[in-house]
Amino acid sequence: MTTRNADLAVRARGLAKAFGETRAVDGIDLDIPTGSICAVLGPNGAGKTTTIRMLATLLRPDAGTALVFGHDVAHDAPAVRRRISLTGQFASVDEDLTARENLVMIGRLHGYSPAAAKTRADDLLVGFELDAAAGRLATQLSGGMRRRLDIAASIIVRPELLFLDEPTTGLDPRSRSQVWDVVRHIVANGTTVLLTTQYLDEADQLADRIAVINHGRVIASGTREELKSAVGAGGIRLRLADPSQRDRAEATLTASLTPHVMKDGDPAALRAQLPAEDLAASTNLAVQVLNQLAQEGIAVTDFTYGQPSLDEVFFALTGESTDRSEVSV
Amino acid sequence: MTVLDAEAPARPAGPVSASLTYARRSLLKIKHVPEQLGDVIGIPILFTLLFTYLFGGAVSGSTHDYLQYLLPGTLALAVVFVTIYSGVTLNRDLTTGAFDRFRSMPNWRPAPIVGALIGDVGRYLLAAGLVLGLGFLMGYRAHGGVLGVLFAVGLVVLFASALSWAWTTLGLLLRTPTAVMNLGFVILFPVTFVSNVFVAPDTMPGWLRNVAEANPISHLVTAARDLMDGTPAGHQAILVIGTAAVLIAVFAPLTTLLYQRRE
Repeated sequence: MTTRNADLAVRARGLAKAFGETRAVDGIDLDIPTGSICAVLGPNGAGKTTTIRMLATLLRPDAGTALVFGHDVAHDAPAVRRRISLTGQFASVDEDLTARENLVMIGRLHGYSPAAAKTRADDLLVGFELDAAAGRLATQLSGGMRRRLDIAASIIVRPELLFLDEPTTGLDPRSRSQVWDVVRHIVANGTTVLLTTQYLDEADQLADRIAVINHGRVIASGTREELKSAVGAGGIRLRLADPSQRDRAEATLTASLTPHVMKDGDPAALRAQLPAEDLAASTNLAVQVLNQLAQEGIAVTDFTYGQPSLDEVFFALTGESTDRSEVSV
Repeated sequence: MTVLDAEAPARPAGPVSASLTYARRSLLKIKHVPEQLGDVIGIPILFTLLFTYLFGGAVSGSTHDYLQYLLPGTLALAVVFVTIYSGVTLNRDLTTGAFDRFRSMPNWRPAPIVGALIGDVGRYLLAAGLVLGLGFLMGYRAHGGVLGVLFAVGLVVLFASALSWAWTTLGLLLRTPTAVMNLGFVILFPVTFVSNVFVAPDTMPGWLRNVAEANPISHLVTAARDLMDGTPAGHQAILVIGTAAVLIAVFAPLTTLLYQRRE
């Protein structure tokens, strides 16, 4: 074991897993430094959950190796399990138990005495603002509460590495920011977090490093700044008054700024990445594009300028839309 | 958030403690979702009432005489049928996120299954209690006394617990809970009916009689009958305990192996 490896919470090389003909994970390399938050960003079916399940010792890799704090997930699973905690994509709480019973049960499994497990459960219920719902069955909790309960169960004993599989998918904005706060606190306490997400803004808000995956491979990784500059500082979306002018508008955009122009499912809409390195230049380009369209008599009803969406990051990285139905348009 | 920094226990729960924690989980589920006991309550009542009043007169000349013969049989039958749900429940549990968490915890791996089977003993006792309660109401008299009845129930529950490992094996091999239940009933119906539960095997044609007399269910029912009637049951009871040991020796390792290899 080299010193460098010891600083890594996760070190995966060529990790692969196939289900029948489908190569769910097709050679993933991943390094996660201890104490950081890494986001694995990708669309549905990209291989995010399969990757997490291999790292959490629930699936055996077909090929490749993965070390969690230096312990091989395939050959030293018990050592890995002592250091990790898993919050699955579908809430990993027992739906037929109350919030409190769920926490007490996990506490007992971790080795707390019955009394200590109850105390710990009550402390966590208060800390996660779940005390009012302590006696409710998990099925009767709102999506946000269930997620918080799920995360609370994952940190009854502080894990060295916490897996969060799509922790905010399906949550309303308020619940989502509550989950984000919890994750930040957990990391501040020294836990390394690996989270998967479909949302660039989530990765942006939380992660030190982002790995973008598609078709079971890492297609880009780095800090958010590195990733964004690779994609372009910003993007624009516009909607035309007359859909028949879309081809002309596309030609204009392509000529004046970038090859990264894509048609949307909406027949009147276009999207484009701005290639400029800095924000001022990006803003300038966006204004020019709008001017140019106006001069050519192409009326725009909607115009947004902002951070690239996941779809645009994907398009920039792969030349392929995340939504297959849009490719054929 | 100070709750993040609690002192951790020295080590995770050992095999016994983890299994008992999961057993408690099963019992809590019964408490919160009592309707899941529908099968446990329905099967014993249905079998006891239906067979006594439907066939009692034809088989024994009177329903009362038949009940004396039948009740230890329906006791065994009802509990044995309830064991299928161990496989059904495990199969359903495996698809939940909760089981992913259990499997990624640093405890003895089979603990969730062992715990669930310990919890199932509660269901068996409930099913046994219902059959006995109903039988006594209908006029059954146990000449073996309280002790005889308790031993009979103990033997039936022991056999059921051993048999439940066969269903957990099936629960790991089949895809859906419904498939487990269907196959379970398809297996159990002939196995339980070609026995001495409902009629004495000496009324059967020779070949069927041989099958019925060799059937472990027959040994179980004979032992339960003898215990409840107050006649010596030593030989049959030992056969039942031996069968239970074989079932556990075959299916417990098989279940564990399949569970460990499951992805």
